Amino acid sequence: MDSFFSTYAWPAIVMIAQSLLLLVCLLIFIAYILLADRKIWAAVQLRRGPNVVGPFGLFQSFADLLKFVFKEPIIPAGANKGVFLLAPLVSVTLALATWAVIPFNPNWVIANINVGLLYVFAISSLEVYGIIMSGWASNSKYAFLGALRSAAQMVSYEVSIGFVIVTVLLCVGSLNLTDIVNAQHTGLGTMMGLPSSFLDWHFIPLFPMFVVFFISGLAETNRPPFDLPEAESELVAGYMVEYSSAPYMMLMLGEYAAILLICSLTSILFLGGWLPPVDFWLINWVPGIIWFILKVGLIFFGYAMVKAFVPRYRYDQLMRLGWKVFLPLSLAMVVITAFVLKLTGWA
Amino acid sequence: MGLQAIFFYIFAFVAIASAFMVISAKNPVHSVLFLILVFFNAAGLFLLTGAEFLAMILLVVYIGAVAVLFLFVVMMLDIDFAELRSGVLQYAPIGILVGLIVAAELIVVIGGSVLTPQAAQSITMPIPNPAQRTNTAALGDVLYTNYVYFFQIAGMILLVAMIGAIVLTLRHRQHIKRQDISRQVARTPATAVEVVKVKSGQGL
Repeated sequence: MDSFFSTYAWPAIVMIAQSLLLLVCLLIFIAYILLADRKIWAAVQLRRGPNVVGPFGLFQSFADLLKFVFKEPIIPAGANKGVFLLAPLVSVTLALATWAVIPFNPNWVIANINVGLLYVFAISSLEVYGIIMSGWASNSKYAFLGALRSAAQMVSYEVSIGFVIVTVLLCVGSLNLTDIVNAQHTGLGTMMGLPSSFLDWHFIPLFPMFVVFFISGLAETNRPPFDLPEAESELVAGYMVEYSSAPYMMLMLGEYAAILLICSLTSILFLGGWLPPVDFWLINWVPGIIWFILKVGLIFFGYAMVKAFVPRYRYDQLMRLGWKVFLPLSLAMVVITAFVLKLTGWA
Repeated sequence: MGLQAIFFYIFAFVAIASAFMVISAKNPVHSVLFLILVFFNAAGLFLLTGAEFLAMILLVVYIGAVAVLFLFVVMMLDIDFAELRSGVLQYAPIGILVGLIVAAELIVVIGGSVLTPQAAQSITMPIPNPAQRTNTAALGDVLYTNYVYFFQIAGMILLVAMIGAIVLTLRHRQHIKRQDISRQVARTPATAVEVVKVKSGQGL
């Protein structure tokens, strides 16, 4: 009985506690990221944004939460009820499940698995199901069109994201996310004899891939300017048209969790995760998690700014960008990176 | 052992139950969704055996891409399913035959490995110890080092198939306006805009 406790029960309790802690922190972070998104958008358009609930509108997201929860969920008569309710659950569960392998600090990771990056890629490729299912189950033209667009878009941009990931893998030689961050201790900067700094991070040698990943991330998470699945001028709200109250909130939450995930993946792959930008005692003293959050915030700021000032793409332009620009570019970069690494013997 | 066995039975049971639902569900979209659940549980079973790379590839390729296309097609089909279902029994003999063949093959494979456990040592590519070589690296050894030419040939065949599919379906229409992005970008105010001074009250 004692061994059962020490081998199974105690690790299980620890893992559940860790997961709950991560979940709570993540949800609070998402609440503020949502607010930041709206505030930045407003600031660009010289508006104030949400400023009524709490000081500077800081509690706006929680007010929204209460409103979502207490309103009545409406299920359309023609909807396929089971799938209709399953879709938001699928969307939010998958978006949150990916966070299990994200390292926030050395050893601050729930599941430090060997194929961490592949796991993230796999689960984020499943997120399309939340959208397809909701679009189909709503039994509405708008929702269905939105779902079809989204499916094609996400599958297309996954291809280039996959190749971007491959270039990073070639440089690191491991699929483990912690290894990927640790590999960025040394790089261009240390090769030039400098101490470990931001010059070692992957975004400098792999700059084209960094840009491709950023833009593909926008497309993968249906952010503007690639928000065609929910383009309000054509499809009202796309696949979310028929959703209300808590199911709608879950779709929204899933979307923002996915956005945040892409941001933290960018920071892990290209911006050195929790590594401090320069090797200086004061900066080294700041805990890694702060750097991680700052980097994620920086990338999200980029996402929010893009939302504010880039007009929406037309659908054929979106497909052209994905298949005719990013795919050849990232394929070429995979080949070039492999050749450079092989010829110079860096990897 | 205990926990692994529990998870094995959970995954296996859900996989078999949802495989049954794939063929018995009334709505074909539900069938595809159950198929996805089967894939998912198969990935779980792969994970239990330590084949983490295969599990993730199953998720990416089968669930993330193939099943999406499946779902795509099935959602857009407009078929009378009652009619489709009426003749289902006439295929039963074929189904039973296929099932029997698969079962026989499984029995041969499993029976063989139980009766002669030393046969596992004679295979050309023995599985390396997962503690020393992760199975991502081990698969890479086999695919990209030992059998790289076969891998290339497989790639070429796929490429030819892809080009064939495109050639068969491409219908390039002449005499329609197309957008040429490079030409658009190359335009300058000098070539695109004519500035005219309009005197008030006169027009052009």
